[in-house]
Amino acid sequence: MTSTLEQAPPTTPDRRTRVARFLADNGALVGLVVLCVALFIATPDFLTGRNLLNIGIQVSTVAVLAFGVTFVIVAGGIDLSVGSVAALSSMVSGWFFASAGLPGWLALLAGLLTGLLTGVVNGLASAYGRLPSFIATLAMLSVARGLTLVISDGRPIPTSPQVSFLGSDVGPVPVPVIVLVLAALVASFVLNRTVVGRSMYAVGGNPEAARLSGLPVQRILVTVFALSGLFAALAGLLLAGRLDSAQPQAAVGYELDAIAAVVIGGASLAGGVGRISGTVIGALVLVVIRNGLNLLNVTSFWQQVVIGLVIAIAVGFDVLRRRTRTG
Amino acid sequence: MTQQPLLTLERVSKSFGPVTVVSDVTVHVHAGAVQVLLGENGAGKSTLIKMMAGVHQPDGGRVLVDGRPVQLPNVHAAEQLGIATIHQELNLVGSLSVAENVMMGRIPTRFGLVDRRELRARARAALDLIGLDVDVDARVGDLGIARQQLVEIAKALSVDARILVLDEPTAALTRRETENLFRVVAQLRARGVGMVFISHHLDEIAEIGDTVLVLRDGHAVAEVPASTPEDELVRLMVGRSIDEQYPRGTGPVAEGTEVLAVDGLSSAGSFSDISFRVRQGEVLGIAGLVGAGRTELLRAIAGADRYDAGTVTVRGRRLRPGDVGAAVAAGVGHVPEDRKAQGLVLDASVNDNLGYATLASTARMGLVDFAGQRRRAEQVAGTLRIRMHDIDQPVRSLSGGNQQKAVFGRWVIAGSTVLLLDEPTRGVDVGAKVEIYELINAITAGGGAIVMVSSELPEVLGMSDRVLVMRDGRIAGELSAAEATQDAVMTLATRDVAPAQP
Repeated sequence: MTSTLEQAPPTTPDRRTRVARFLADNGALVGLVVLCVALFIATPDFLTGRNLLNIGIQVSTVAVLAFGVTFVIVAGGIDLSVGSVAALSSMVSGWFFASAGLPGWLALLAGLLTGLLTGVVNGLASAYGRLPSFIATLAMLSVARGLTLVISDGRPIPTSPQVSFLGSDVGPVPVPVIVLVLAALVASFVLNRTVVGRSMYAVGGNPEAARLSGLPVQRILVTVFALSGLFAALAGLLLAGRLDSAQPQAAVGYELDAIAAVVIGGASLAGGVGRISGTVIGALVLVVIRNGLNLLNVTSFWQQVVIGLVIAIAVGFDVLRRRTRTG
Repeated sequence: MTQQPLLTLERVSKSFGPVTVVSDVTVHVHAGAVQVLLGENGAGKSTLIKMMAGVHQPDGGRVLVDGRPVQLPNVHAAEQLGIATIHQELNLVGSLSVAENVMMGRIPTRFGLVDRRELRARARAALDLIGLDVDVDARVGDLGIARQQLVEIAKALSVDARILVLDEPTAALTRRETENLFRVVAQLRARGVGMVFISHHLDEIAEIGDTVLVLRDGHAVAEVPASTPEDELVRLMVGRSIDEQYPRGTGPVAEGTEVLAVDGLSSAGSFSDISFRVRQGEVLGIAGLVGAGRTELLRAIAGADRYDAGTVTVRGRRLRPGDVGAAVAAGVGHVPEDRKAQGLVLDASVNDNLGYATLASTARMGLVDFAGQRRRAEQVAGTLRIRMHDIDQPVRSLSGGNQQKAVFGRWVIAGSTVLLLDEPTRGVDVGAKVEIYELINAITAGGGAIVMVSSELPEVLGMSDRVLVMRDGRIAGELSAAEATQDAVMTLATRDVAPAQP
């Protein structure tokens, strides 16, 4: 048996098909590079240190939010609540510092814990309560935003110095960019190296097969949503740090950016497919387009049109690729 | 019965790829008569009725309605000619009312709006045709399966069906519901409707049928009156010897220790009061017809579904109901009925699929043991001879037999000692089948125990040391390898067991 395998002619695809395969597999990355080159030619303002740092800061919030959503989408669910959870977490953190007088670092932890807990609630509702995750997290989107407004009475709350540090710079490097890199490493480690991370792919790919193999599907789902909540809280604190205050209307609609970043990065909403590196690229694509259109003085109204088309093209391209491969 | 048949399939044949499922079969359906189709699973009954319904088109032969050749390119064409099929999966919308379902596609309107009064009146008239007394405004989903079936029959008749094909209509019915259905069938027969009836319950045939066409391996083997004795029907149905393709030794099994004990296991609507023991080194076959509760029983033992009463004990440890993880930890492995839907994550690699059951148990501090998982997967892929170019290729790209070996391999890696196999060779080619049988032998030789559910009777007889026969969710009997013949199993599987029970 092994000898026939060894004798089989090695299947070396010629260089053209290999290049084509690479382009197809890394469509988002190729798109990002093309985009950057085009902007570099179109405007001298794009490739400046200041603008790149600006992009870095903007991408950090979207990407950190999207890391959590990546877990959920890989496991076959969806999380619509991350924008609201980000706002609630930063608001709770601000309240504990400004109104309850907790030490700054404890207030920061309280914010992260808030995100974790809302995520656990999402997970329980969807894994044990059998609510579709779309519905469970849609409810949380509303509840978390409502609680944010209740706590803040609709007014911004100043944040602790520790949270404000998240919005500052270390030398020339903005702290959000450092947090982004660390968060990406942690998220990637969880997804690729841990039992729970590998199980997410099985649960998203075929929940019944995962269950019949003895994987604790419900517990995995709770963990997935808890992680999503935790990353949302971190993104919320990054956002608050930049503004030195927790805003009641922070991160409104960010869940859609996060989902878009994950999907542009090559994840499948059907579950079982997705990578953190893809999500980083997806978030960069979104932010660079927005940044470039700003530099080119395109109005924000048209920006929305362009972003929408990019999402449609990215996903359409992906569907096409999958069809040609399986068909 | 000298008048012209309403419907004739004349010398029809049908193949799917290289497999011929119906070969040169002729069936007549006469007005006011019930034509029974009888045969084992896979004998070609459902392909025949799908040709009547316009779902499949015959490769050879003709379809005649009222003596004239017709084409049935689709379901709609068959309905136009008055041929209606009541499938096992009913074609109703549970969330709509009885009236809306009966009049589906023909909802009466006034000025573009639904004319509710007319809708109710026409639906009522249709239900009255078969004397069905249900509220036309009731939601269909709230009715029991028996009444849903009658609603569907009423719907068929209201579009002037003259030929009614009933595909195992009694499979999901209680005895009383069945009697009620038979009353309706008798009325329809008196009104001149021609019917085709499929049932695995031999006792129903004499009660409801006129003539019986017996099918075996796609051929019509006999056409006999419905009054033919059941023993004779069974003989006609199976009447073939088993090939020597089963490598199971037939010597007496050494008395191994008991590894699996099932006691009084019951689950409402699926099976009740099931008890049996399995010893080390033993293959216990579970035979029975589709719907006898075999798959449900196996799933309950594996922890895939909860049950209402009874216990499952593995090597003295009682398993928590509905907990697959506990069953796996106790050494139970489950090879489910449908490997694509339940066994494999198709887009994941062979390596990943082989490793799911050991992902957590071999991990260190929550981190996957990648090197070990791969080593074990490669080893098992080698011993089971899983044919692939690369252990990282998606399992979707393997052939059916190799996919099935991947599901087995997962449990081999996990060191499972009690394997529950549900249709282990379904959709697997002959060569891989024998390899799976050899694997079963290797597992039992190594001290494992196997419970195997299969609808392929020769497989059950060829590979089992003992055979349990199930019917209607109960154990109808137990046969030793020596006693287990096709006749003996089919007799137990199709006869009513109720009188035999105290």
